[in-house]
Amino acid sequence: MDAESLLLSLELASGSGQGLSPDRRASLLTSLMLVKRDYRYNRVLFWGRILGLVADYYIAQGLSEDQLAPRKTLYSLNCMEWSLLPPATEEMAMQTSVVKGRFMGDPSHEYEHTQLQKVHEGEKVFEEEVVVQIKEETRLVSIIDQIDKAVAVIPRGALFKTPFGPIHVNRTFEGLSLSEAKKLSSYFHFREPVELKNKTLLEKADLDPSLDFLDSLEHDIPKGSWSIQMERGNALVVLRSLLWPGLTFYHAPRTKNCGYIYVGTGEKNIDLPFML
Amino acid sequence: MEDLISLKQEKENEEPEETGQPWQEMAASSQDPEPGLSEPRESEQRPETGSQPRSSPPQSPHSRASTALADLTGPGTPSPPSFPQESFSTPSLPALARQDIGSPWQSDTTTNVIPEAGTVHSGHLEQSSDKGELTPHQTCQSEGNTFQQSQQTKHHVHGPKDVSHKNSKRKEPRFDIFREEDSNSNADLDQPEPGASEVTPSMLEIAIQNAKAYLLKTSSKSGLNTYDHLSNMLSKILDEHPENAVDIIENISQDVKMAHFSKKLDTLQDECEMLPIYEIAEKQKALFLQGNLEGADQELEDEIAEISLPNVMESAFYFEQAGVGLGTDETYRIFLALKQLTDTHPIQRCRFWGKILGLEMNYIVAEVEFREGEDEEELEEEDVTEERDNGNSDADEDELPKSFYKAPQAIPKEESRTGANKYVYFVCNEPGRPWVKLPSVTPAQIVIARKIKKFFTGRLDTPIVSYPPFPGNESNYLRAQIARISAGTHVSPLGFYQFGEEEGEEEEEVEGGRDSFEENPDFEGVRVIDLVESLSNWVHHVQHILPQGRCNWFNPIQKSEEEEEEEDEEKEEEEKGEEPDYIEQEVGPPLLTPVSEDLEIQNIPPWTTRLSSHLIPQYAVAVLRSNLWPGAYAFSNGKKFENFYIGWGHKYSPDSYTPPAPPSVYQEYPSGPAITEMDDPSVEDEQAFRAAQEAAVLPAEEGEETEEEEDEEDDYD
Repeated sequence: MDAESLLLSLELASGSGQGLSPDRRASLLTSLMLVKRDYRYNRVLFWGRILGLVADYYIAQGLSEDQLAPRKTLYSLNCMEWSLLPPATEEMAMQTSVVKGRFMGDPSHEYEHTQLQKVHEGEKVFEEEVVVQIKEETRLVSIIDQIDKAVAVIPRGALFKTPFGPIHVNRTFEGLSLSEAKKLSSYFHFREPVELKNKTLLEKADLDPSLDFLDSLEHDIPKGSWSIQMERGNALVVLRSLLWPGLTFYHAPRTKNCGYIYVGTGEKNIDLPFML
Repeated sequence: MEDLISLKQEKENEEPEETGQPWQEMAASSQDPEPGLSEPRESEQRPETGSQPRSSPPQSPHSRASTALADLTGPGTPSPPSFPQESFSTPSLPALARQDIGSPWQSDTTTNVIPEAGTVHSGHLEQSSDKGELTPHQTCQSEGNTFQQSQQTKHHVHGPKDVSHKNSKRKEPRFDIFREEDSNSNADLDQPEPGASEVTPSMLEIAIQNAKAYLLKTSSKSGLNTYDHLSNMLSKILDEHPENAVDIIENISQDVKMAHFSKKLDTLQDECEMLPIYEIAEKQKALFLQGNLEGADQELEDEIAEISLPNVMESAFYFEQAGVGLGTDETYRIFLALKQLTDTHPIQRCRFWGKILGLEMNYIVAEVEFREGEDEEELEEEDVTEERDNGNSDADEDELPKSFYKAPQAIPKEESRTGANKYVYFVCNEPGRPWVKLPSVTPAQIVIARKIKKFFTGRLDTPIVSYPPFPGNESNYLRAQIARISAGTHVSPLGFYQFGEEEGEEEEEVEGGRDSFEENPDFEGVRVIDLVESLSNWVHHVQHILPQGRCNWFNPIQKSEEEEEEEDEEKEEEEKGEEPDYIEQEVGPPLLTPVSEDLEIQNIPPWTTRLSSHLIPQYAVAVLRSNLWPGAYAFSNGKKFENFYIGWGHKYSPDSYTPPAPPSVYQEYPSGPAITEMDDPSVEDEQAFRAAQEAAVLPAEEGEETEEEEDEEDDYD
């Protein structure tokens, strides 16, 4: 959610129950302003909160002019002092895929994972157990990246693409209409499109290249991994991800208010196919 | 307009040279007077015509301009009279216009319009606002307009746009005279005097083409260009003729930009989109109004209401300190809905239990205790499992083997007000919707609920399709999960509750432990710091549910002692099934066990404690968050406490869920030669067998050939 409309956004996203306490809210309002100034970001988003056992991580992201450019992620333990996280890489993802369980809440905590590694000694090959240390910070980076790639949502029309390349915020976006708001196809993944090229020519003919340049949520696997609900009558549409429980996307139809927030343990719900 | 003209006169005084030539050119252009409506002009109109047509055509563009643009009659009128009057003042208008067209246009096009470029870039809104302000002055420029138009081949529709945007370009420096903002254009005004005098048609053309080229430049950000946008805007205005177009010109500009993105596929509009909002608003309005309906019984109801209705807002306030909660509005509506519940049902005590999220709709759960003796009786559901011993084996005794499968005896559910059924739960989808009572939970449901993991859909009658098959639909599953969550996560500070003092209670403790408690009137509160630091200061005040599915142990063998004598004989005859003779009593932690005794989940502590605020610890509350049931919270400020659940309703497990494997095939039938499987004999075996048989028959045949022949003949029929 945009740091500028933080209070309203928190109110709209409160249906999921997890929000922020007043002192965190106040600290966020202040500190995100400073972050925006110091790092010279075009927009600062409050991404959410990852619940750890000892402490919680508060995550913010800074965007530059091009909305789809890689974002800078910052974390804080007290909503005041923010530290920049390194960008996520493939290696990190591989490393952290073996780590399971909750986050500790201490960024310097190290997870130990024993691996069998082949050690060559001369001509013989031994398999030794090597204990690999994985830092919690790495895991944090990788999980945030995975969540963004998997379930960050933006409504159709909020961004538009120009022939020159950069993606801009659409100032004339006035919100989805009610009928559009209830369909999953009006929401896109807020990340580089992956499946767009696989569409048939017939499908592509119906797309508007300036607006439909991202993957829609419709074709997510498994089907049904999004729960779409209208709250307060039809005044608010809430999408909740079932794959990463804790991610809530809210949008008030016919207004510009939209955004998503993740409040959860940072674990993927692998049991999803059993649960549907 | 008088001021304008006088200022122009002043300007004119500075530039006496310009009058002739530019005036001629102006006159020429004025021959083609229609600003917005005429055919494409060619640049053949050269300033060759005499001065006479000057006076009349200038008037017509004025008048036409004034008709085309709403509020221009005022400015229109003074200028025509000014024309014949002063030879040097009247040309001031076109002259000045000319001057703008001329060298400022050529040399200072960029500087002139750089301020405008800024506006173009940041939004056409500002420019259109400029335009809006400029319209009163447009008539002064109309000659200039027409002149411009003469130079350009334009679509007739574009005419007025040219008028306006040329106006705006030209108007900038003019406005700056008034505003004294733009020194650039002021300088421009001074500068072009020498240049203007040397303006030739070709330079003018070049200037205009530069201007147009500038306007056609596409924006680096959005791919649009000013020219097209302005033309679209003005065509829209002329098509639709809105009221007070100048006031909404920014919105029109924005709409044009938006229309860029939407395709006009369908002009049908849904009329009933807003209805559900109104419906729910009506229902919730009823909630707000219900308080006014009470009459004479108010005292009595108030008294009861005090006891039964919890202070939801207060708890919500404390939970908000912890960062948990539904938002003030929502909570207030739930508060009112609870009040409605307590008013319509005879409720002793009521509590807002929490919210369970579902796929299509969510559940708001209220935990309720009915008043003594006012329980609503439920229809008892018949036991699904039947004992097949008494089944339909009578008819098939001889032919089919009897199965000695005996379904395990259904463990009876606990009575209401005890154990897992201590409280009754009501749910609704949204505050304002009617409350539905959930049925009591049976042990079988709890046992199976432990083995499955399903999302709630939001509709209570949805069937639960799962393995092991869940006995019931979503309302039962919901009730089972609520029971599990309550048993696992409802905690209170140590000392808040104590066991009631009853004599003889200890003797009965063996069976199920104490199951009743009451509030401790002498509770003095626990320090918040203590609550945070040590989990032993919290206790469970809901009975633990045994693996059997009940809180109080029920021994299925014990109860069937009466039937055992009858069945003994049968059991001795048939092979025994796999039922154990003796089942160990299941024991769980007793009531009011400290939370520190909870088991860890693979090295993860079962609870996380936190102070709600580190910045102001004096007034902070202690918050307990369950790691076993994510979404379960408890807070206490030392004296008060409350439990709350908000989540999907599932337990946390670090390992993935695996459905239980189906049980192995059951030995249902007694084994014996009749039903034991055997391999079919092979061909050799059969032939050998037949040979052996024939060998045995042959000696007998030899003795009775005649009879057998007849027999064989018969046999071979």
